[in-house]
Amino acid sequence: MATLITERKRSALTRGRLPRYTPWVIAASAVVVSAALLSLIGFNVFGWAVLSAVLFAAANVTAAAIVEGRRKATDKLASSLIYGAFLVALLPLVSVIWTVLLNGVPGLLTPGFLSTSMNGVTGAVDNAAVADGTPVLGGVYHALVGSVLITLWATIISVPVGLLTAIYLVEYSAGNKFSKVITFLVDVMTGIPSIVAGLFAAAFFALILGPGTKTGFVAAVALSVLMIPVVVRSSEEMLKIVPNELREAAYALGVRKWRTIVKVVIPTAISGIASGVTLAIARVIGETAPLLVTAGFATSINMNVFAGWMSSLPTFIYTQIMTPTSPSNSDPSTQRAWAAALLLILLVMLLNLGARLVARLFAPKTGR
Amino acid sequence: MFSGAALGAGALIVAVLFAVALFLVVQALPTFSANPAEITGGEGFFSYIFPIVIGTLIAATIALLIATPIGVAVALFISHYAPRRLARGLGYVVDLLAAIPSVVYGAWGASFLASSLKAPYAWLAEHLGWIPIFAGPASGTGKTILTAGIVLAVMVLPIIASLTREIFLQAPMLHQEAALALGATRWEMIRMAVLPFARGGIISAVMLGLGRALGETMAVALVLSSGPLIASLIRSGNQTIAAEIALDFPEAFGLRMHELIAAGLVLFLITLAVNMVARWVINRHKEFSGAN
Repeated sequence: MATLITERKRSALTRGRLPRYTPWVIAASAVVVSAALLSLIGFNVFGWAVLSAVLFAAANVTAAAIVEGRRKATDKLASSLIYGAFLVALLPLVSVIWTVLLNGVPGLLTPGFLSTSMNGVTGAVDNAAVADGTPVLGGVYHALVGSVLITLWATIISVPVGLLTAIYLVEYSAGNKFSKVITFLVDVMTGIPSIVAGLFAAAFFALILGPGTKTGFVAAVALSVLMIPVVVRSSEEMLKIVPNELREAAYALGVRKWRTIVKVVIPTAISGIASGVTLAIARVIGETAPLLVTAGFATSINMNVFAGWMSSLPTFIYTQIMTPTSPSNSDPSTQRAWAAALLLILLVMLLNLGARLVARLFAPKTGR
Repeated sequence: MFSGAALGAGALIVAVLFAVALFLVVQALPTFSANPAEITGGEGFFSYIFPIVIGTLIAATIALLIATPIGVAVALFISHYAPRRLARGLGYVVDLLAAIPSVVYGAWGASFLASSLKAPYAWLAEHLGWIPIFAGPASGTGKTILTAGIVLAVMVLPIIASLTREIFLQAPMLHQEAALALGATRWEMIRMAVLPFARGGIISAVMLGLGRALGETMAVALVLSSGPLIASLIRSGNQTIAAEIALDFPEAFGLRMHELIAAGLVLFLITLAVNMVARWVINRHKEFSGAN
């Protein structure tokens, strides 16, 4: 009688399956066993987590292979690998953010970091700060000003060109050969290495203004080369999804094509366009390589993009790490570099968030 | 008027891309006509550029070898494994990886990653030193081409992951459901109904990642302590084109400047070729897939 009941419970459909609680049991034992193993050779949390995960996956697959057959085992193996790959991909993200927070917060909280430049901060000043234990002097004000101005000019150049190109592609070209060429070249342009864009701007201005011309404007041109394709792509997508009925309604009222575009199409798509532009800004504000070869390095505030060298947050980080202000005491420079890195990440994240907010804010009002 | 402006903007883009090529060529020309003995290295431009082209390829290859399997797996995780409610948030987390500026990755690689890889490198040199790529003595700072390759992999990963995720999401749902209905496990369904559909997309995503890895500057400039071309990946040495330009251009003048611009031209041509092939694969894939 008793055997009959158990046989009815394990019908043909569920036979050869591991019970539901198996993974939990295996997980618990994997955690315990790996802790025991590691305590033999020296315990650390990271190794413990990795070993537990590997043991868990291995035991899970083996159990499936024994009870459930090869196909199920392969499935489990693939699942473990895919989950594992995702966790591995998260590691660098967590590590980067942790490192930047850990090293950046003290510098960012130093008074005057945001409101002073590196003007007059020499190696001797840094040495004195280390010797006396006083707060590190100098800050990123000049770099912040430079970053904002250069990005602003890049935006001023890229947005009209990018937006007009998108309008041409969507509204005027009617899919002709030239528009295919543009689309292809825009795609190719997204792949231009940033340093090559910088070299182009440097070479261009070296030819027309003489060699060694390094100003904020040259950097802005270099960034525009990187920014235009991003703006074109995102605006094109946004213009494409504006319903044709709106355009036709405007034409039916006798509105001219350019007025339809300016008064009907663009306002409908403005939220997407604005958030696309914000994302493009977020992308170029972190670019370092083109600025290295076009804007030079400055330690004082320069408000004029058309004359003189200019600093920016990314190049500030780079120079503070590569050539510390005081070669014998690199700690103050490292602290400033990490603080600037934290500031830069915060800026980029803010811009990313801002893009989503902008998209919601400018979204066209829908009737009711 | 307005249509003219729009057309002009489009033409400007075409002009800019040609101008990029043109100005690089014009500024690079003095290198090719110069006396070979005056080029860095003293043996002409080819023997100057050859080692750093190889270095660039080595770094990009390491990056792709690491990033391709992980990136595809992450994309699969987000499209087919993660709970639906989590998937969007996870996609955003992967995009976050892409948003972090490259100089921050470089700083992280130079300060944190390099020093934590010192011990593994020493172990590799001791136990696997007979393989040429792990020949010792291992670098004392951990600033090697392998470290640079790993940092590049981290930067390429989100590109590959987000592009392949798009492709996986487009895979025809009917095929997937049919496979499941016939009793396929999830992995068999993915192998039969998703991966064959996505093959072209995966290839082009990897090519675009390759384009990025070839041209990425800061990660290598900050992480690698450069030197002549060597086979070992765990000793300091090797150099990439982009890093060479970033490190030397600010102080360069005269012939050296033209030389670096010529190096930039070579990099431009390599990435242009890679990107064009990738776009060509994508476009061909679009026409045949029926997903649009």
